[in-house]
Amino acid sequence: MSSTDLNVTDAWTLWVIVGLAIITAVTRSFFFLSNSEWHLPHWAQRGLQYAPIAALSAVVVPEIVMTQGQLIATWQDARIFAAVVGVAIYFAKRNVLLTIMLGMGVYLPLHLGLGW
Amino acid sequence: MFWQRRLYQHPEFKLGVRDLAPQAFGQIAWALMTGVALVKSGMSVFESVFMTLVVYAGSSQLAATPLIVAGAPAWVVLAAGFCVNLRFVVFSLHMRGYLMHLPRWPRIVTGYFNTDPTYVLFTRRFAHPGHTDEQRITQEAYLAGLSCANWTSWISCSLLGIALANAIPTSWGLGFAGILCLLGIQCSLASSRLRVLSAIVAGIVAVLAYALPLKLNIVFAILMAVFACLMAEQLKAAKERLA
Repeated sequence: MSSTDLNVTDAWTLWVIVGLAIITAVTRSFFFLSNSEWHLPHWAQRGLQYAPIAALSAVVVPEIVMTQGQLIATWQDARIFAAVVGVAIYFAKRNVLLTIMLGMGVYLPLHLGLGW
Repeated sequence: MFWQRRLYQHPEFKLGVRDLAPQAFGQIAWALMTGVALVKSGMSVFESVFMTLVVYAGSSQLAATPLIVAGAPAWVVLAAGFCVNLRFVVFSLHMRGYLMHLPRWPRIVTGYFNTDPTYVLFTRRFAHPGHTDEQRITQEAYLAGLSCANWTSWISCSLLGIALANAIPTSWGLGFAGILCLLGIQCSLASSRLRVLSAIVAGIVAVLAYALPLKLNIVFAILMAVFACLMAEQLKAAKERLA
């Protein structure tokens, strides 16, 4: 699409967006779409208690140690310092809000000030 | 569903809203940047607003937008959206036990509103599905509070991002606040050695498998982490039998 028709809306795009909304609903309710009764095997029930922390870690870790698909090769990266401070703050104060605020307090000066 | 009086008047609803508040704060910048990205990647303002309101899945929107703008076939866009959302399929397996008492449509609507933060905070508070009606309504109300707070903050900030698309440079890296928030929640979940193992394995696998298309590294990392923890449980049990 060229920059001149940026604000043109077409019906095809709207239908694809509706399709994506259906995908959201289907994936988020995948295992309870059907009414039929079945039970999870015991090992799967136990295994699922490890899933939430794994999901977060899988999202978070690459966002901290990678840039454009590559592992960063320098320690001069604002994200590393902010993450280390954030983790330390969390375990000291058990407070997520404080983790965000002090973490960004480390991140923004390093990122915007030093360009890390 | 959070617009039902029996849920929003329940005391657990407020608790859900309160527990989600740090997340709502952390994702302000993240949602803003998602809104900015939608417009900057070439969708019209109307399309961006419509997508924000109905799709309600940041990563799937960000994956689908360049494909839409490039004119990829619809099935490719939808398949990409499905793959990026695969982690929610894992979440739905976990949530099944908590929701199966509901009729199908309310169940699906509840599922639709269940995102990463709501799932994680909900299962952190309730390790097991309720057995009595009282327990079930308590859990439902808490989840409704989480979902309501998350939806409201995400949608309003994304829309603001669309409005401010040309005023906020992505180079500021404000979206990192959202990552710090998830990092904080991740720490709050690290309540046993096996859970720490799960986080370590998932983090390493997600980095090593980063080259997989469509964020499939995330699902692969979850599966490997759960597998590693189940193996570690077995090892521990075997050692105890020998001792």
